[in-house]
Amino acid sequence: MRAAPADRAILSSSDWRRRPVRWTWRSMHLILLVLLVIWCVGPLALMIKFAFTPTQDILIHPMSLLPEQWTLRNIDMAWNRYHIGRYFLNTIWVALGSWLVQVLVATTGGFVLSVLRPRWAIALNWAVLTTLFVPAVVLLIPLYKIIVDPPLGSSLINNYLAVWLPAGASAFNVVLVARFFDSLPREIFEAATVDGAGPLRLFTTIVLPMSRPIIGVVSVFAVIASWKDFLWPFLVLKSEGVMPLSVYLQSMANVDKGTLMAALSIATLIPIALFLAFQRMFLRGAGLSGAIKG
Amino acid sequence: MTELMAPGREVAPGPAPRVPDSQRRAHTPASWARGGGLSSLLFALPLLVVFGLFSWWPIVSAVVMSLQKTNLVDPATFVGLDNFRTVLTDPLLPTVIRNTGWFALLALIFGYPIPLVAAVLMSELRRRKGLYSVLAYLPVVVPPVVAVLLWKVFYDPGPKGVFNTVLGWFGLGPFPWLADSTWAMPLLVLEATWAAAGGTVIIYLAAMISVPVELYDAAEVDGASIWHKIWHVTLPQLRGVLFVTLILQIIGTAQVFLEPFLFTNGGPNHATETIMLRVYELAFTNLGNNFGEATALSLLLAAFLALASLGYFRLTRSWSTS
Repeated sequence: MRAAPADRAILSSSDWRRRPVRWTWRSMHLILLVLLVIWCVGPLALMIKFAFTPTQDILIHPMSLLPEQWTLRNIDMAWNRYHIGRYFLNTIWVALGSWLVQVLVATTGGFVLSVLRPRWAIALNWAVLTTLFVPAVVLLIPLYKIIVDPPLGSSLINNYLAVWLPAGASAFNVVLVARFFDSLPREIFEAATVDGAGPLRLFTTIVLPMSRPIIGVVSVFAVIASWKDFLWPFLVLKSEGVMPLSVYLQSMANVDKGTLMAALSIATLIPIALFLAFQRMFLRGAGLSGAIKG
Repeated sequence: MTELMAPGREVAPGPAPRVPDSQRRAHTPASWARGGGLSSLLFALPLLVVFGLFSWWPIVSAVVMSLQKTNLVDPATFVGLDNFRTVLTDPLLPTVIRNTGWFALLALIFGYPIPLVAAVLMSELRRRKGLYSVLAYLPVVVPPVVAVLLWKVFYDPGPKGVFNTVLGWFGLGPFPWLADSTWAMPLLVLEATWAAAGGTVIIYLAAMISVPVELYDAAEVDGASIWHKIWHVTLPQLRGVLFVTLILQIIGTAQVFLEPFLFTNGGPNHATETIMLRVYELAFTNLGNNFGEATALSLLLAAFLALASLGYFRLTRSWSTS
């Protein structure tokens, strides 16, 4: 999809050989690095420092470089008294289910649109693409209505399905996967069909194994999106047993600062760890989203 | 649900039918099933069910609900265009429109040019580009609720608040921060920019890598300076991505909810109350529970966004071809 990164960009090697140019750009790079550290890392570092600082000290010397005394009390309070762990687990459930539904819908849907291509695929493709143009605000209340009063069974309020199923209706995922399937060589599918593979074999033994990279991208988006989501779970997962962390944290706004900071730090731990572990996939996914939208 | 809607600039053409007309079999149910029609349908089932229930039906339902008086408990009654009338004469409407527009404008001023500068600089890194990217993207993966609650602590108006302490070193403040109705909105945007700008940087950076190197070579043959290359090669090549991120950002910020809800709950004195927050209030708080009116307002916002993006794409297309 993209040209191989060249060994040059805007500046040529003869530009780089000129001393004033080299000095200007190197110092701009250094300044950028310092700004990135202060602007992007600074607030998070402060949060982690606060998590280990007694609330008294946070209130008196918020900006001292190192706390006068370290404490584990905040973490202890957040984990044992406010049971952050329980809501943490709920968030993991929300993320896992949303991930599963999104991958299932996107891969099977992409398979129909791009590989099987029945005659009605054109109409289906349009029906999916159209939803890209409908802003989320329109869906909020009708979605809530269908969750409160679904066509089958009783209300899905406080049921994980209320978050899992709507997450699957992401046209962005379907388009992403279908475009990826479009780029797979058709000859392989045709050869497999000639060898007698049915659609199910084609899907499980050929298409799925080949689409690991795109499933990775969809998975990263899915997990991060459900970790970040607030308004929808706030409306439909209201009881303590199913409430995810983001909803619970919001109700903690008035506890003492040390405990709050410990809770916030714990909530940030997994997304940051995932990001650092899979940074290449994250950054490629973020760039790709621009490319698709562009 | 949370994903920003992406109006694809160029809509992918539907896949062409693979089987030439001459090879099509007779249309009997049996031949249809044998020819793979049934398995196609089975594979499409998850998509059909999920999109049907949670995307297509709600879109239709939104139009119906906007014409009804309903609290989701009592039976709904049709009231024609009453909801639209009520919403359009809501004394708060001008305020929430102004606030939403102000948020969107500030978000553009804060969050549009700076990532571009950062991306231009970062594209010239020969080493440690990964480190810069990771640093820039770090706030994007922080859960938004965490970011807001953290910044709320930073904005503590007390003399020992975080930002007041820092400004105190320079003899400034203490400032009331979010309690000041003039400054509340820009401060919300500052946090929102912190949380989102990294994503924009990465999108620009990915687009810059795909600028053909030959264009720079050619510009140098013509004696272009570095500035000329940025101005006449890089930026024009990024035009598509810049246009799309602009409209996507506007569509996203027009629906801002989290920051005004968690930071200030619309206050002080409605200074940060946005359209989306108003929709929420109409539908989900005791003073409203009026889902019809809330749906009507959300449809009006969506219609405005659709018209705005349509006009925008007309405009940018005429620029691109001229």
